[in-house]
Formats: sequence, structure tokens, C-alpha cells
Amino acid sequence: MSAEKEHSEHGGAVATSSERLVDLYKKMVEIRAFEEACQKGFRQGKIGGYLHVYIGQEAVATGFIDSFKEGDKVITAYRDHAHALLLGTDPKEVMAELYGKGTGMVKGKGGSMHLFDVERGLMGGYGIVGGHIPLGVGFAYAMRYQGTDHITQLYLGDGAISNGAFHEAANLAGLWGKDGMCPCLFIIENNQYGMGTSVERTTAMTDLAAKFDAYGIENEKVDGMDIEAVLESAGRLTEQVRETGKPYAIEVLTYRTAPHGAADFFEKYREKEEIEEWRKRDPIGLLEQKLLDNDAADEEKIDEIRSEAKELIAEAVKFADESEEPEIDELYTDVYAGADEYTGEE
Amino acid sequence: MAETKTYREALREGMVHEMDQDESVVLMGEDIGVYGGTHLITDGLIDEYGPKRVIDTPISEGGFTGAAIGMAMLGMKPVVEMMTWNFSFLASDQIIQNAAKVRYFSGGQVEVPLVIRGPNGGGVQLSAQHTHSLENLYGHFPGLKVVSPVTPNDVKGMMITAIRDPNPVIFLEAGALYGTKGEVEEGDNAVEFGKARVAREGSDVTLIAYGRQVNLCLRAANTLEEEDGVQAEVIDLRSIRPFDEDTLVRSVEKTHRAVTVQEQWRWFGVASEVAAIIQEKAFDSLDAPVQRVSGAEVPAPYARNLELEAFPSEKQVTNAARRALYIEEK
Ligand SMILES: Cc1ncc(C[n+]2csc(CCOP(=O)(O)OP(=O)(O)O)c2C)c(N)n1
Ligand SMILES: [Mg+2]
Repeated sequence: MSAEKEHSEHGGAVATSSERLVDLYKKMVEIRAFEEACQKGFRQGKIGGYLHVYIGQEAVATGFIDSFKEGDKVITAYRDHAHALLLGTDPKEVMAELYGKGTGMVKGKGGSMHLFDVERGLMGGYGIVGGHIPLGVGFAYAMRYQGTDHITQLYLGDGAISNGAFHEAANLAGLWGKDGMCPCLFIIENNQYGMGTSVERTTAMTDLAAKFDAYGIENEKVDGMDIEAVLESAGRLTEQVRETGKPYAIEVLTYRTAPHGAADFFEKYREKEEIEEWRKRDPIGLLEQKLLDNDAADEEKIDEIRSEAKELIAEAVKFADESEEPEIDELYTDVYAGADEYTGEE
Repeated sequence: MAETKTYREALREGMVHEMDQDESVVLMGEDIGVYGGTHLITDGLIDEYGPKRVIDTPISEGGFTGAAIGMAMLGMKPVVEMMTWNFSFLASDQIIQNAAKVRYFSGGQVEVPLVIRGPNGGGVQLSAQHTHSLENLYGHFPGLKVVSPVTPNDVKGMMITAIRDPNPVIFLEAGALYGTKGEVEEGDNAVEFGKARVAREGSDVTLIAYGRQVNLCLRAANTLEEEDGVQAEVIDLRSIRPFDEDTLVRSVEKTHRAVTVQEQWRWFGVASEVAAIIQEKAFDSLDAPVQRVSGAEVPAPYARNLELEAFPSEKQVTNAARRALYIEEK
């Protein structure tokens, strides 16, 4: 899942090539198909626990991870399937994790909220809102300390901004950034709600990007439904952070068209019309229209991409379904490092 | 008069009962109002009581719990919902450093009539960060009261008592049982703290638990009767702090054997405390070492088979009882 990037002679992004856009479209369609398969798996009782899907937000991670360079780190909360897929984890392993199988990416130990693929740069999905933010800042310091030019892509929700851990970590990042020791790109996925609470109902100062002013961190906003706009920000900002070692914050305006989690049945907190309005700006729909308008793809190509994605995900589901549960002995592995014989008896 | 109600309805009824009697009672928490409450405990209450009494908060556990402590110090009676107790770690500094102690270190000048409530415990594949039973953690700190009701009647009656109590109460609900039904007394059915309940009478072995594990013990007791002809007594502690030593000791004096069951990890858990109390207060009555049944010593796994292995099972309880009775395990 990797796309060639183009840069103008001056280093800025130029109009994205058709081929690249088609490739990004394909990724987004795959993510959507994956998430829909998850919803189905949950309804069938094959996926347990909590399930948070990324439907409506695909352009965000797709756009930013397009600028990911080997060695960089990605960290996010529990809405993490897309990040894993985009970093190149086999959809089979991701789905197997959700199905609680031993072939899953964390051996069935974490489930949907805790996807890790450290080799590919995915430093995890975390379940406590805001809890992962300081870790991402720590990664950034460590990567500079270790003499690399890698950066952290730190994803967080609008709801997480009200959490104390965010404010403490942002303050640290601003401080360490003064010495070029905090190459951390804060990517605020403002999908308008934290569960059932809208941004207006959670903070009196709703300009989330501007919150970073308080910590001396430069910031801006981007339309998260327009993949080209996201790509432009991503390319420019990841390089800036890499070069300067200073943190930067980008508020990405997007929308979760799916319910918050699989158990959010009633959605009393928003009107159907609002969802419909946003659906008109669905990132996949917008890009599809653009591809068609610019003759970058025809209906036939679109259909082909869609059915290939379906097939890919169907294979992942089949693999997950047919895989074995973890060995019972796995219960006691991975509790302590350097203690393979741990049995729980002290 | 009693009516059959769900645990959820009974819990809500307890809160509403006190809200109607006492204007100083307010509810606070994430998504308890407009959203209706993640577990629908408070559904509709914002329409009835308005947003000044049913306060939706941002995802700021430390901030809003601390603010609730401040309100309580000035005479309000906040009932704070932790969406789940797993998120209380973010508020634990406020709970432990302020709520539990401010009365003491102010030389008794203030009170903290505060209730913090929410679902506790695991069992539905929520994995490591979302699966905790925190009664031993909060039970450790003098100044806090900790209760864990399992029946609909108790959840209502203990909520009424919790709200009236002038101290901070950690109210641990059996989250997995919100939908279960039972007889609930009408009106004021306040249940005194520090009184255990004999959930099943028996003469051969005492099974001691609280919260959801009480039901596990009741099932185990039935199996022991059917398969082994053993009459197990089941004690529901209900309240971890204050603790009812008398009921416990009386039972062990009768049965001479005890099994103590908890969902949390064995090390430094409530079951250990129970075992210690039994050997201190009923040593001469014991015919066998006190058996402990607890969760596996690992962070909670996601996969269903691992999770089942990690939690106390009926089989573990029956076999622990058999060990205490010196009969063959099955
Ligand atoms: C500390 C904490 N409090 C509450 C929760 C329950 N919870 C899970 S997701 C969520 C909403 C978070 O919203 P946001 O950060 O905007 O992320 P989104 O779900 O929109 O991606 C809440 C309240 C939690 N996981 N952690
Ligand atoms: Mg959000």
C-alpha cells in the first residue's frame, strides 16, 4: 500500500497525479470495506468488546500516513484499524486480532483497541482517552536523543483535548521543541463528537488548533474530507517537523458518520439530517467524483477497485474466522519482559 | 410492597428518590445527560431535572471529580458517574488525596458527602485497559467507604444510603448485571452499610464474595448440593469498607470451612483480607485452610478463551470448596 510522491523543484507538493489519487482512493475504499466487515462481524458476535470504526474519517490517516517515512512512529487511540492497514499490516492479521485469534497482530491479547505493529511503526492503539498523548511526545524526544530524524505522528480526538494528560504533554512538547527535541506532529481528528458530546458542549473555546498557542506550538487547520488538502498539509508539515525538531499541531476537520462504537444505538445527540449533510462530503465520495470528473478513472475502474477491496477483505474475514484461538498458555506470556516462565505464582 | 425491576431501574430509582427529597443532590459525568448515559442509568433525567442538576462533563475525570469534591465540601451532594471505573485512575489523585483525607487534615472542619458510582469488573472482552475490579484499591484508603451491591434491591437501598452518608462513597456496580431482575422494595429501602447478607444458608462450607461473584457462588452452591450433597452457605459482603466481621465469623463457626472469591487479582486482594480476618477471629473453628479463588495474575486478555481462563469459574469455586472439605476435586 505505498504511493510514489511527487515534489516540485522547490520541495512543495504539486497537484497530485491521477495515478497517486487512484491509489489513495483504493486505500480508502479498502479501509471502508474493512470497517463494514467489522460491523458485520460484531453483529454476528464474532468480534467482542468495544469496536470503533473509522467510517467518514478515512482521508485523515490515509493522507498523513502517505507522508510516513520508515522509522517514523504512529500512535493513536482506539479508533486504530485504518492506521494499521495503512502502515502495511496484512488485513488478515488485523481482522484475526478483532476475531480474538492467535494469528492476530497482537496474538488476540488486545483486540480492536490495541493494535500494534512496532516493526512497521505502529506504536499502538490505546483505550484510555488522552492516555497515549504523553507517550507520543516521549517517542519524539527519544528519536532525537537517539540521533535520528524520525518523527511522531500523534493522532488524538477532539474529546481528548479536555483531558489533563493532553495539556501536560502539549506543554512538554512545546518546551522540548524549543531545543529541537520534540519532532511530534499532533493530528487532532476533530470528528465533531466525543461519544455523544459535541465540541461545543465540551469546551468554551472550540478552536482546537488554537489551544496549542498556549503551549508555544504552531498550528493550523485542514479540511479532512478533502484528501488533496490533507496530503498537502501532511507533506509540508511532516517535513517541517522533521527538519526543525519542533512540534506542530494540525486540526483536521472531519466527521464520524458511523456511531461512536458498536453499542451506540440511539444517537440521540445528533440529527439524522446532520449525518446526511456530512455524507455529501464523504471523503471517498468526493474523491471518486474528482477521479471521474478528471478522467483519472472511469466507472469500470471504480467498480474494479471496489470489488477488489471487497475480495481482499473477504479473504481477511475468512482467514480470521478459520484461525485458531490463542493457545491457553499464552495467558501468562508477555506479562514481564525477560520472564518467559512466569505462571502467576509469585 | 415490592416490584420486580432491573438492577438498572433500581439504581436509578435510588438516585431519583434522593434527588426528589434533597435539592443538593446533583448528578455529574460524561454523557449522562443528552446522550442518555452510556449504560442508560440516567436516561431522560436531564429532561426532568435540567442541566444544572444533571451535568454533562467533558472527558476530564480528574477535573470534574475534583470539582465534585469541592461542591461536596460546601454542602452539595454530587453523585458522580465514572463511565466505567477504569477511568477513575485519572481521578484517583482527587479521590485519594482530597476526598478521602480532607476531613482528617482539616481537623474535622469539612465533610465530603460525595458518591462516585459506575460499573466495575470485566468479563465482556474489553481487554487490559478496560477490565478492573477496584474494591481493594479504594478499600485500602481510610476515609473512603466502598460498597458493591449485587441485587436490584440492594443497589437501590445502598444508593440511598450512599447519598445520605456524609463521607465519600465508592459505589461499585455490577456492570454485567444491569439488565438482571429482582424484587425491589418501594419507597425508602435504605440498606445499612457494613452489614453482610446471607444469600444462601448452608452448614458445610461458607462461600464469601461480593458483587457479581455472589451469583457465581450461588451457582457453585447448587452444583455442590447436586453433585456432592454439600450444603454451602453463601455470604454477600455487600460492603467492603465498613466490613461486617460478625456475619462472617458466625458463619465460619457453623461451617468450619471457608472459600473466599473475588474477580480481582489474588495478590493484595479483598479475599486475602477476608482470609486474614477468619484466621484471626475464628481460628479455632477452622477445619481446613481458607481457600482463595481469584482472577489470573495477568492483565485482562481480549480473546474469549483467554478471558474465560483468566476469570474465576464455577469449577474453581466448587473445587476450592471440595479442597476445604477434603473431598475429591472434579
Ligand atoms: C479517560 C477515559 N474516559 C472515558 C472514556 C470513554 N470514552 C471512550 S471514547 C470516548 C470519546 C472520545 O472522543 P474523541 O477523543 O473525540 O475520539 P473519537 O471517539 O471521536 O475518535 C469516551 C468518552 C475513555 N475511554 N477514557
Ligand atoms: Mg471525536
